[in-house]
Amino acid sequence: MTLDTNLDHISSEAQYYEILEKNENVMICCGRMGPMCVPVFAEMEDLREEYPHIKFYDMLFDLPDAKVIRNLPECAGFMGLPFTVYYKNGKVVKATSSIQSRDQITEILNEQFS
Amino acid sequence: MENKYDVIILGGGPAGLTAGIYLSRSDINTVILNEGITGGQMSLTHKIANYPGSPDVSGYMLSRTMQKQAESFGCKVLSNVKISDYDFMGDEKKIKTERRGTFISKAVIIASGGKSRELKVPGEKEFAGKGISYCATCDGGFFRDKEIIVVGGGNSALEEAVALTQYASKITVVHEFDYFQAHKKAVEEAKNHPKIEFILNSTISAFYGSMSLEKAVVKNLKTGQEYDMKIDGVFIFIGYVPQTKPFKSILSLNKRDEIIVNENMMTNIPGIFAAGDCTAKRYRQITTAVSDGTIAALNVIEYIQNQL
Repeated sequence: MTLDTNLDHISSEAQYYEILEKNENVMICCGRMGPMCVPVFAEMEDLREEYPHIKFYDMLFDLPDAKVIRNLPECAGFMGLPFTVYYKNGKVVKATSSIQSRDQITEILNEQFS
Repeated sequence: MENKYDVIILGGGPAGLTAGIYLSRSDINTVILNEGITGGQMSLTHKIANYPGSPDVSGYMLSRTMQKQAESFGCKVLSNVKISDYDFMGDEKKIKTERRGTFISKAVIIASGGKSRELKVPGEKEFAGKGISYCATCDGGFFRDKEIIVVGGGNSALEEAVALTQYASKITVVHEFDYFQAHKKAVEEAKNHPKIEFILNSTISAFYGSMSLEKAVVKNLKTGQEYDMKIDGVFIFIGYVPQTKPFKSILSLNKRDEIIVNENMMTNIPGIFAAGDCTAKRYRQITTAVSDGTIAALNVIEYIQNQL
């Protein structure tokens, strides 16, 4: 089961760890096709060209394997979809809850991955 | 890059999508430029009980259906568009975007809608997504068996309070007046629900917590007295503010920053029309937005034909 976006999807725990191992800069948005999540997916689709050194993925929040994101300590206290997590060399460097604007996302990308 | 259309619609809520359906079906080359996502405020509604012909449809599904209907007639719908400049003077209307070039048309329909009004109190931004939400459909599931507050007294607040009872163990509706703006049926349903309690003549003056929201400060607006309320979550439904800031120096707005239109949805500038929640009117419903969009589209068709 995957999300109806044009992003690359993560559908299993094994794939998640493989991506983090093979890529230096990764942004994963874990959500549903809802009004708070879709704008973030759309921004990520747009940002791919502008940030070719970053890998952008989505993951369906309701997948059992999405526990790898749902249970991250950095997401403790999150109560708003989507959970968006930024990784540098496999480590979480930033995580946000709920809808984020393009400016909020690019601020994090520039700060963490420039 | 120039993109030429007959009509540009700004906004993809029910007013904009309806106008898109009517115009495209009349072979008018139309694009919807949407700064957010399709559906606008409608997409945040868990269940819409009063949209004729579609009982209990979700706002999100109704948005998707309207978009598909518009696209089936040839209307182009672009979401997440960032607009940098408007030039409404002259026969050619020009709209510059940040990454998609300039859009040029003979007429424009502004259907920019509104956005959720915030309480603007300390802690509100800090705990957004960490206990504070503006979308029951999106975040209700995080509050299973928890105690929450719903702020507001209109249709959205009371209907979403009832919808949230499927998750929360207790809901306290905090409302600034001692009466409700919601329709009678919504009020009765909320009042009769065993999980819902009310604190009237009150508002929230601050939010506190650590990792997530833990406490809201409730203020009685009659006595000024404030007290802490331990809480797991707060949903805020206190109405909308019109999205008309870019048009302040261009169009005639009223004191609430709503666009003033005549009965044909025409603004003070020839070729510029407006429809839906961004306009000055009394009732803001999906049905009234659909009506506005229809009227605007039909008058735009006449306007374009008169320009030939």
